[in-house]
Amino acid sequence: MSAAVMSVRARLRGLSLAQRAALGLLMLLAVFAVAGPWVWPDPVAQDLSRFLEPPSLSEPLGRDHLGRSVAGRLASATRLSLLIAVACVTTAIVAGMLAGILAAWRGGLVDTVLHGLSEAFVALPALLIVLMVSAMSGGELWTLYAGIALAQWIEYFRVVRARSALLLSGPAVEAATLLRLGPMHVLRRHLWPDLRPLLTTMATFGIGTAVLAVSTLGFVGVGVAPPTPELGQMITEAFPFYHEAPWMSVAPALVLVVVLVGLLGLRTKESAS
Amino acid sequence: MADRQAAVVGVTTIPPLLDAEETVEATRVERGAVRRGAARPILRVLAQRALQAVSVTLLVSTACFLIVQNLPGDLAYRIAAGRYGYDRVTAASADAVRADLGLDAPVWQQLAGWWADLVRLDFGTSLVTGAPVLHELYVPVTSSLHLAGTALALALAVGVPVGVVAARRPNGLLDRVTTVWVAGSRALPPFLLGLLLILVFSVHFGWLPAVGHGTASNVVLPAVTLAVGLSGLFARVTRDTVAQIRTSDFVAFAESKGLGERAVLLRHVLRNAGVTLAAYVGVQALVLIEGVVVVESLFAWPGLGHALVHAIFWRDVPVVQAAAVALALLVVAVNTVVDVAGLGLDPRPRRRSVPS
Repeated sequence: MSAAVMSVRARLRGLSLAQRAALGLLMLLAVFAVAGPWVWPDPVAQDLSRFLEPPSLSEPLGRDHLGRSVAGRLASATRLSLLIAVACVTTAIVAGMLAGILAAWRGGLVDTVLHGLSEAFVALPALLIVLMVSAMSGGELWTLYAGIALAQWIEYFRVVRARSALLLSGPAVEAATLLRLGPMHVLRRHLWPDLRPLLTTMATFGIGTAVLAVSTLGFVGVGVAPPTPELGQMITEAFPFYHEAPWMSVAPALVLVVVLVGLLGLRTKESAS
Repeated sequence: MADRQAAVVGVTTIPPLLDAEETVEATRVERGAVRRGAARPILRVLAQRALQAVSVTLLVSTACFLIVQNLPGDLAYRIAAGRYGYDRVTAASADAVRADLGLDAPVWQQLAGWWADLVRLDFGTSLVTGAPVLHELYVPVTSSLHLAGTALALALAVGVPVGVVAARRPNGLLDRVTTVWVAGSRALPPFLLGLLLILVFSVHFGWLPAVGHGTASNVVLPAVTLAVGLSGLFARVTRDTVAQIRTSDFVAFAESKGLGERAVLLRHVLRNAGVTLAAYVGVQALVLIEGVVVVESLFAWPGLGHALVHAIFWRDVPVVQAAAVALALLVVAVNTVVDVAGLGLDPRPRRRSVPS
């Protein structure tokens, strides 16, 4: 346990100031998203007598045009975005990595088929893929998840395939094979350590891209179906009330920007170490 | 979304760079093959892009077929309602439709039929308006081309000069401004930027129309929204390329033989930078088209993205298919133009006998 704490500390020390700030910002947002449901249990509860109520102590972000708590909706929307993004990126990484290693390892027909598929996919705008998949049954979460994961696995596949092909043909792997060390050993000791930093960097991109995709779809009106709160959809709903209730549109826009800035900050050049 | 390609420059990292390197690598391999004396390079490029166009179209079309298969309800009843009227939908009429259209055939046979329609360019009729889809798509295609073209021209017109000037003084003011510009446009999603522009220029100052289509001023806000991010990226790439080319031997030679700064820049530096920049525009085509979809919805611009989003909203599958195919082909078309431009700028692959 203490060893784990120590290693976390060591990691933190390796981060630059900008990275620490970004990490703090994202943690704050995560706490807001996780704790939100306890403070505001029902994000879709309406109270029409209190529509467009300005921010106050009990209602820090005011209420929207249907008298719903903006803070409660925001917390729930943030949680939704982050959860979908993490789920999509995890799926895409696992799938892309396995397919990439498989293609590099087996070569031949497997490689030709997988590579050909990725070539066709890469020519398609990712947003188009997400839109098409979500068209299959609109407004449902799983289509959103499937669409984004489907759009994202390709880049992991391409990078992992190129990188593993290089490593697998290198002297280290050759030596390991000569020593009769099995494929699991090669995977764990030769491929994974090399791929890991690459994949973590790509994952911060991927999460930002996924959050953006969810909110973009919500914004144009084909994402998560109302009344489930979602950032992009909240912005669309709030925009007509910009003059009477600016807090309604500023709050979700700000959360979106904070997520993107936070992820951007995590990637800034490392530091002292 | 945009990050897949948007990432190539700036604040970051390895994987996107890989993308760019891969592109460069790919062109090199292509050229190598050409030099060994296959077909003429331009034919080769066109053939490759044609193959890509076909595979992309098949992919999109198959996805649409899956959408139709997954739509809730029985397709036969739906079509029967369209044919015989909503009050005459009976099991018998649905059966008639099913037999007539072969809806009870195995899925793979239906898919083959679907592809056959595509080959005959039969995109069907819109389920909403009832008009032939190909006919309906004329306005969206031209509007999207108009918007994307304007945005691209604007981005190049701003980005390239800024990059050239920034390259004169690395880490100078303009250079740092560009870095912030790129990072900022990454953190501000296009639809938020569009909303901000509407608030400032339409609502507050009332200078420009927020939505609509027809007069010349309508294109300004959507095109600027698209161009802000792109021009920053173009500035970065131009700056990096120009700075790199400046250090090469042939520039030193041109300077030492007494050519003026202007001539060196125009004749040697910019032409070489153009090859890289053209390839980069191709990479950014995906980002541009994604942006078009979002921005068109925001500004009610009657283009392909607008049509696609509406068709998805109404479950109008024939229009979804046609609009999606058109958008995908637009990406391929931009890339083809870029490839041909690259060949025009770079004579090396054209002269087979000259070793490089």
